[in-house]
Amino acid sequence: MKELWDLFVTFARIGGLTFGGGYAMLPILQREVVERRKWATEEELMDYYAIGQCTPGVIAVNTATFIGQRLRGVVGGVVATLGVVFPSLIIITLIAAFIQNFSDMAVVKNAFAGVRVCVCVLVFNAVVKLWKKSVTDKRSLMIFLLVFLLSVFTSVSPLIFVLLSGAAGVLLKVWEGRRKE
Amino acid sequence: MIYWQLFYEFFKTGLFAVGGGLATLPFLYGISDKTGWFTHGQLADMVAISESTPGPIGVNMATYVGFTTGGIPGAVIATLGLITPSILVILIIAGFLKAFRDNRYVQYVFYGLRPASTGLIAAAGFSIAVISLFQMDLFRQTGSWLDLFSWKGILLAAVIYFLIKKFPKVHPAAFIGLSAVAGVAFRFAGV
Repeated sequence: MKELWDLFVTFARIGGLTFGGGYAMLPILQREVVERRKWATEEELMDYYAIGQCTPGVIAVNTATFIGQRLRGVVGGVVATLGVVFPSLIIITLIAAFIQNFSDMAVVKNAFAGVRVCVCVLVFNAVVKLWKKSVTDKRSLMIFLLVFLLSVFTSVSPLIFVLLSGAAGVLLKVWEGRRKE
Repeated sequence: MIYWQLFYEFFKTGLFAVGGGLATLPFLYGISDKTGWFTHGQLADMVAISESTPGPIGVNMATYVGFTTGGIPGAVIATLGLITPSILVILIIAGFLKAFRDNRYVQYVFYGLRPASTGLIAAAGFSIAVISLFQMDLFRQTGSWLDLFSWKGILLAAVIYFLIKKFPKVHPAAFIGLSAVAGVAFRFAGV
């Protein structure tokens, strides 16, 4: 029970601290799940994110289900997921019920303009950590650069990048194996 | 039965919206057209609210639509509808992954996926940086290079970066709180 409660509370905290969608969750996940609880490694986080890109649903939810499932099976997956959505449920319901024009309020606009600056620094910092674990040679550097530039300058769906780079991983490794023989 | 319908519509959204929160948007427009539960204008408000509250955007949207159509039970049911397909799909994949984690080809796939994953996250970070550190609209109007940068934003980013490096043990939430305060104190949105 204790462990399930820990899962719920940790993921509720992650959900409550995620500002601006799934990617903004990454720095908080790294801190809570990788560094503090040691429930997953940086590599596993990247795998979950990539899988979350090509499976249906919200990425934050997918990642929570993955980590919960790994720790405590199906029940763990469900508990972690309920945890990650719990703060939204409370906060959004309160706002919808009591505050009119919430997103037009000057204090909210200013606060969130400030938070966005922080989120981009946090995401940058998170990317540097992931970079060290994922860009290990010239070929993975090529994959990183291609995906980064194409996602910035085109509107191709992330799904396509994930499928192609998975295939590229297999081809490059098999080719490498052939050359060594 | 409105609750059943809410669950069903959001279940479908959760099942077919691939690639994160904003991917739910076209489905929500579809629900709006079909049911009349909310207008397109309300949907735009919901996006703004979702973006200015914590939590995954897709989940926030489901909760908001659920609440406006069916009160608190509606909020809970729409949210559960949205996350049920993810939970099912991920549980199946996680089981599969456990069995095949050590397979050579699965390892190869991840060798390709990890840098791609990092690239996608870097691109998302870059798009937030463009919004918060640059003033593209103002620059296009005036053409002055001084207007291209949001100096307040860049200064805050530099301060936060310095603090993160100096105090790596401090929880990211502290920096988020600090930036919210700075945003209000120095009117980051200009209002």
